[in-house]
This record gives sequence, structure tokens and C-alpha cells, in this order.
Amino acid sequence: MRHGRWRFLLGALVPALVLHVVFVLSPYAQAFWLSLTDWTGVAGEARFVGVDNFVRLGGDSLFLDAVRNNLVILAVVPLVTIAIGLFLASMLRSSSARVGQGYRIVYFFPQLLSLVVIAVLWSFVYNPNTGLLNSGLRAVGLGGLAQSWLAEPAWALIAVMAVLVWSSVGFYVVLFSAAIEGIPVELFEAAKLDGAGRWATFWSVTLPLVRESVQVAFVYLGIAALDAFAVVQVMTVGPGGPDGATEVIGLSLYRTAFSYGKFGYASAMGVALFFATLTLAVLALRSGRKERLEMA
Amino acid sequence: MTVLKDRPAVHTAAPLPVKQARPNPLPHIAMFCWAVVTALPLLWAVVSSFKSDNEILNEPWSPPSSLRFENWERAWTAASIGRYFLNSLIVVGGALLLTMLLGSLVAYALARYEFRGNRIIYYVFITAMFFPVFLALVPLFFVVQQLGLLGTYPGLILVYAAYAVPFTVFFLHSFFRTLPSEIAEAAFLDGCSHGAVFFRVMLPLARPGLFAVGIFNFLGLWNQYLLPLVLNPDPDRYVLAQGLAALSVSQGYRSDWSGLFAGLTIAMLPVLIAYVAFQRHIRAGMTAGAVK
Repeated sequence: MRHGRWRFLLGALVPALVLHVVFVLSPYAQAFWLSLTDWTGVAGEARFVGVDNFVRLGGDSLFLDAVRNNLVILAVVPLVTIAIGLFLASMLRSSSARVGQGYRIVYFFPQLLSLVVIAVLWSFVYNPNTGLLNSGLRAVGLGGLAQSWLAEPAWALIAVMAVLVWSSVGFYVVLFSAAIEGIPVELFEAAKLDGAGRWATFWSVTLPLVRESVQVAFVYLGIAALDAFAVVQVMTVGPGGPDGATEVIGLSLYRTAFSYGKFGYASAMGVALFFATLTLAVLALRSGRKERLEMA
Repeated sequence: MTVLKDRPAVHTAAPLPVKQARPNPLPHIAMFCWAVVTALPLLWAVVSSFKSDNEILNEPWSPPSSLRFENWERAWTAASIGRYFLNSLIVVGGALLLTMLLGSLVAYALARYEFRGNRIIYYVFITAMFFPVFLALVPLFFVVQQLGLLGTYPGLILVYAAYAVPFTVFFLHSFFRTLPSEIAEAAFLDGCSHGAVFFRVMLPLARPGLFAVGIFNFLGLWNQYLLPLVLNPDPDRYVLAQGLAALSVSQGYRSDWSGLFAGLTIAMLPVLIAYVAFQRHIRAGMTAGAVK
């Protein structure tokens, strides 16, 4: 029996561990080393350059554009998505079960689509001449508002963020409405008896009791906001938009590595992105812990 | 729970005339508006896939004058959507099988067996979930290249599985912990081997969990774009997302808009069918994954 046990454990763990070490752990570890070299892809010719790559990142204006854009996305997209998601989820609570179910089915669908499909779809919607948006605006007499949405530096990033919000709201509606359904009905009834209106009920009953879901949502959306690669790469001109208006870190990294062959420098961008993600996760976890203490 | 602290004692007073809630139209308007915002672009793409290029360019909002299925045919054959579709099916199918097999084995071994290093192995897998894939991208390219797997099905399958296993382990680990151990013990007493207990007893018991994480993995792998973009440079082996992205550039030059809309619709279709068939499970599975 003992013998069989070890044989089973080895058989269960070793293949997955080998796969994990070769394709996941070793690339991550190598990336940190490569970020300190000037490697251009020729085997054995990586020269150690210390933190030079990181110093150069600080003066690379396109990379700084990318950082700025990711920060804007990080500030806007999670907040807007969560606001719309919470709003719709609390609206769904007061609708009948069948209607609510129908809405949930529709809202959730974009979550299942590949970001590439979504990006191709929306590049049609934004098409300046034949797109859904501009022709719709013209049809209702607002033709003056029609833009070439993805070619205007002032609009391109907003257009990208709108797509990100559009594609993720449904998921959070479903997530939040599951959390809201978990709140005992008596609490809502009590609030109603107290004469609390919709807003008061939302702020003092719903929101405090779904706080944990909202925190999870912030972490997930924050991580997605630091990415945004697929939508930008497929949808915007360049890619990266007019004057780098929609450049993001992932796109800079991809181009630096696989178009320019500067693998060391690209790895430094990866390391920077890693620390940004780590900071975000730590901040979210710490604020979560503090609030939980206050609740106790 | 400070919410209810200063609630006035209404219950002792005579029943207040409960304000008959006027049916407020706002929730319905808001919910309907978002449904339109969500569905309209999708429906528009489907409708446009039946139009002629001329109709698409000149009357973006009107329905097609006739159902032009030849757009679909052109997208499927001439624009290679059919081939990309098949490539996706092979790669995602292979990767999904491998992920589920390895993931459930690891999760089960770690959840149900005590041994030295158990926690370490668990964290070795789980930590990887918190690293951005972009960080691994450059070295991963060279690892795959050195193994001679660049642009091959096995290469993509192995890499897809490697990046999907950590979440699968994370999800199924807690699932295997909650399963009762009596049945497994009885099976051991009957002389079953460890492997037989896993495959014949525990795996069937874990079916709901496997189903949830399986759907989650399928969608994640089917929609994968970054990994194939870097590791799969051969246009003959493009997966659907890659092919569609390439197509949106090349068909744009050729102004074959109707073909592109048809390709887009074909790409959405299997996901839509799966969704209609399993929509409750899908939403439950995906949101359960998020709050764990």
C-alpha cells in the first residue's frame, strides 16, 4: 500500500510539475535576469548592464505614454464598470424573476467573446463613414458629433475604454446580483419600513453588504486595466493610436521584443509591469483587511 | 452591522399606511437601455454578414435586401476562417484535456494526501496565477523555440495547458477537500489501487466542479490571443482569434466588408450556441471562480 501511494503521488504530480517548471516558472525567472542584460536574441551574447534598462525606461517617451494610458485606464475603467454593474444589479433585484433572468442572459454574453472578436466588432462600430455609431448619430440629427473616433488623439483612448467597459459590465452585474441575492430580504423590508428611498437603501444596505464582491471586482478589473493589449493592438491604428494616444505597456513590450528584437529591454518592461501588478494586488488586499477590521 | 442600529420602533405603532409603491419606470428603462447597448452591436454584425458590400457602405442601419449566405461561404473557405476554426478546435481540445487531467490529478493529490512539501508544491502552482503573462513572454518564446515547438500544435497545447493548470488546481483543490472520504475508504478496503480510487470514485464525485472549471478553461483557451500571437507565427496554423485579427487588416485592404462580418459572426457562433445550451452553468461557474 505504501509503495502504491508514492507511485501514485509521483505519477500525479511530476508531469504537471515538469510542465509548470519548463513553461511557467523558468520563463518568469529568466525574465528577471534578462531585464538586467542587453540581450538581442543571439545565444550566449547577453551582456550584463545592471539597471541601465530601467534607467532608459524612465526617458522613453513612448513607454511613458504607455504608462500614463494604463494609469488612465486603471483610474477610469474599474470605477465606471463597477458603478454601472452595481446600478444594474440593484435594479435587477426589484424586477420579476423572469425578466431579470432575461436581462442577465443578454448582459453576460460579451464576457464570453474573445477580446479580438470584440475589438474587430467595435472597430466596425467606430468606423467613421459606415460605422454604427456615426451613422446612428447622423440618423438622429446629431451628425455634428460624428468623429473618426479611433483616429482622433482626444477620443481614441476614450473609445478604447468604452469598449473595455462594454465588454466587462455584464460579468459584474451577474457577480453583484448574486451577492445582492445573498442579502436577507428582511433587511430590505426593514429599510423600506424606515422610509428609506432607493438611494438610501443602496448606500446603507446593499453597498456595505456586497463590499467583498466589489473589492474582488476592483482587483480583477485593475489587473485587466494594466493589460488592455488585445483591444488596443487589434482596434487602434499603428497599433498604439495616433501619437501613442492608446499605447499600453503590453504593446510596447510586444513591439520592443518581437519587432525590434531588444529582448533585454522588453524584459525590463515586463518586470516593471510585474511590480505594478504586485503593488495593485497588495494595496487592494491591505485595504480589504482594514475594512474587514472596521466591520468587526 | 451599523446599518440597522437607529431604526425607529415602527412595529409598536399602529401599522403605517404603507405607501403603495408607484411602479417606477426608471429601473426598466435603465435595464432595457443597457440590453440595447449590449445587443445592438452584436445583432448589427450578424445582420451585416448577410448584406452586400454596397449595402454595408451605404445603408448601415437597414436590413439586407436578401440573405447572402455566400458571404459566409467566402469567409469560411477563401478567407480561411474554416481552417482557423479547425486549428482552434485541435489546440483548445488538446489543451483542455491535458489541463483537466493534470489539474485534477495535482489538486486531488495535494488535497487528499499528507506528505512533506505538500504546501510548497501547492504554492509553487498558485503563485504563478499572480504573475502577468507579459513578464514571461520573451523567455517563453525562446524556451518553445529551443524545444523545436514554435508554431506547432503540441507546442501550443503544452503552453496553453501549463498556463491553465494553476487556476484549475486552485479551484479543484478546495473542491476535493469538501468531498466525503467514506466512499474512497470503502474502495480502498475493496482493494482498489490509488489510481483506481481517483479515476473511478473521486473524479465522478467531483463532476460539478470539473464541469465548472472546464467551462471556464474552455472559454479562456478559446479566447487566447497573446500566446498564439507570439508562439504561433505560421498563418496555416493560426487559431481563430489570430486569424480574425489578421483578416480584419487584410480584408480591410480588399474592402470585403461583408466577408469580414461573416467571419466575425462565425467566430461568435459556437460561443453563442454553448451559451444558450449551458447559460446557467456558465454564469454560475464563472462567477464562482471569481469570488473564491
